[in-house]
Amino acid sequence: MRGFKATLLTGRSLKQGMGKEVSKTSDRYKESVSICEVHPNDMENAGLKEGDLIRVTTKFGSIVVKCVPSDHIPKPGIIFIPYGPYASSLIGISTDSTGMPTFKGASAEVEAAPEEKVLDIKQLLTNLVEE
Amino acid sequence: MAVIEDVVCPICGCVCDDIIVTVEDNKIKKVKNSCSISATKFLNFHKHRLPSPLIKKDGDQIPISLEEAVEKVAKILVNAEYPAIYGLALSSCEAQGLGVELAEEIGGVIDNQTVTCHGPTALGLHDVGMPTCTLGEVRHRADLIVYWGCNPEEAHPRHLKRYSVLSKGRFRKEREERKMVIIDVRKTKSTKQADLFLQIEPGQDFELMSALRVILNFDEIEEESVAGLPIEKVEEFAELLRNCEFGIIFFGLGLTMSRGKERNIDAAVSLVRDLNKWAKFSIIPMRGHYNVTGMNEVTAWQTGYAYAVDLSHGYPWYNPGETSFVDILRRGECDAALIIASDPVAHFPKEIARNLCKIPFAVIDPHPSISSLLADIVIPSAFTGIEAEGSAYRMDAVPLRLKKVLEPPPGIYSDEEIISMILEKIRSMRG
Ligand code: SF4
Repeated sequence: MRGFKATLLTGRSLKQGMGKEVSKTSDRYKESVSICEVHPNDMENAGLKEGDLIRVTTKFGSIVVKCVPSDHIPKPGIIFIPYGPYASSLIGISTDSTGMPTFKGASAEVEAAPEEKVLDIKQLLTNLVEE
Repeated sequence: MAVIEDVVCPICGCVCDDIIVTVEDNKIKKVKNSCSISATKFLNFHKHRLPSPLIKKDGDQIPISLEEAVEKVAKILVNAEYPAIYGLALSSCEAQGLGVELAEEIGGVIDNQTVTCHGPTALGLHDVGMPTCTLGEVRHRADLIVYWGCNPEEAHPRHLKRYSVLSKGRFRKEREERKMVIIDVRKTKSTKQADLFLQIEPGQDFELMSALRVILNFDEIEEESVAGLPIEKVEEFAELLRNCEFGIIFFGLGLTMSRGKERNIDAAVSLVRDLNKWAKFSIIPMRGHYNVTGMNEVTAWQTGYAYAVDLSHGYPWYNPGETSFVDILRRGECDAALIIASDPVAHFPKEIARNLCKIPFAVIDPHPSISSLLADIVIPSAFTGIEAEGSAYRMDAVPLRLKKVLEPPPGIYSDEEIISMILEKIRSMRG
């Protein structure tokens, strides 16, 4: 099974919007933000199926999320993770003197991670404090 | 049973003011006119709330009284060298005003969610201004509506229907009387509503805007493609822009968060300024949180600047990149923080969130957030716009009155009341 390189976009999704209105500690929120939308061609080439776990890595961090095929992804080589603590694990800290980190456009590597699991939000936070 | 009309929705920058809420036994039984996000909030907000003030002890968070919590927060802030107050975009203007006063009292930084959404818009605006209008004008008059780098159907679900292409305006009633264009790097739920969808390469917005300005001003351009679009498509779009009567560009984080940041906004505003040679044209940022515009207004009234204001010198000092909350955390300068109605740990890059967790910080929020789970002190608050009234500014800077439709649970106060308590405590500690 081969990994692939991609440009990472992050942004809003309706499910994330509804999930956060229920609660950031709810399962609904976790389900809505711990996914990565991938182009069907990239999934096929990498031998991935819907719901498979993938590890997304940028030079700023690495996280395991669930792979979701999406026809909203314009072309192979672009991936999308909704805003939230999973996406934030992959974003750089420079703000180019504007106060705003670059949330869109990081270079990422994607690989299948069948042996791993999606951390729940509490584990994610424990890692944040203890790492 | 009471049916309350014209309730103002406290969620996104559309600030819809036509929600109908049915209340029985201090519970919301039914909502009408709401979108899916709004209905989810009105019907579920009470299910996951913070029950009482909490303090971190031996790795756990244990309940304490409100008085103790207020005192601890006051101490954390007073004892800090360079504290910050952050958030308040999901709160009332009245609470925001007190938040600025508190920052002044403690000599710290006051910043809000603008820094990670439309901060670059404010920076672009300093350079070139902003030819803008109200959503009412768009609804009644606009015949060309461009959404650039935003996805209204998912982030502002009623925008199309209430204020733009699908609305029934006074002078434009039918969908056929308007054209809608979407420019984005990916197909979204919104793109199927568009008459023209221009799918561009990520990070190439600036190039497209510059090319449009060249075509509009000089009639031709010696390129075969721009931003991944064949030049004929770009020319077709330029013609649409030139030939409308009243055009509007709504833009979102696709412009502010990607390469170019404030330069993208500068280019977008310059394009709109050029377009006014041929048509009436305006531009409005799609603000996310319902009162982030209010926070910019209030901070500007009280300090002269809309966000990222440093009051540690005894006068307001503003220099995003230096005085922004993200940056003072990044450099490890901030030594205490009070987070109000915001969740920076969920949304800031991990390394910056980690620096926040290294300093003492308190959270005021109605429900558990990612930040509240790690805070040293947590004070639960009432839900503004449901359990507390106040003012809010819509994305086009039109102020609206938030209603209180329910009583908060006993012992739960509004942000405004809690910030007042902290201010009073600090003033009494200082004599
Ligand atoms: S569009 Fe925004 S303001 Fe209007 S009902 Fe939906 S969430 Fe509320």
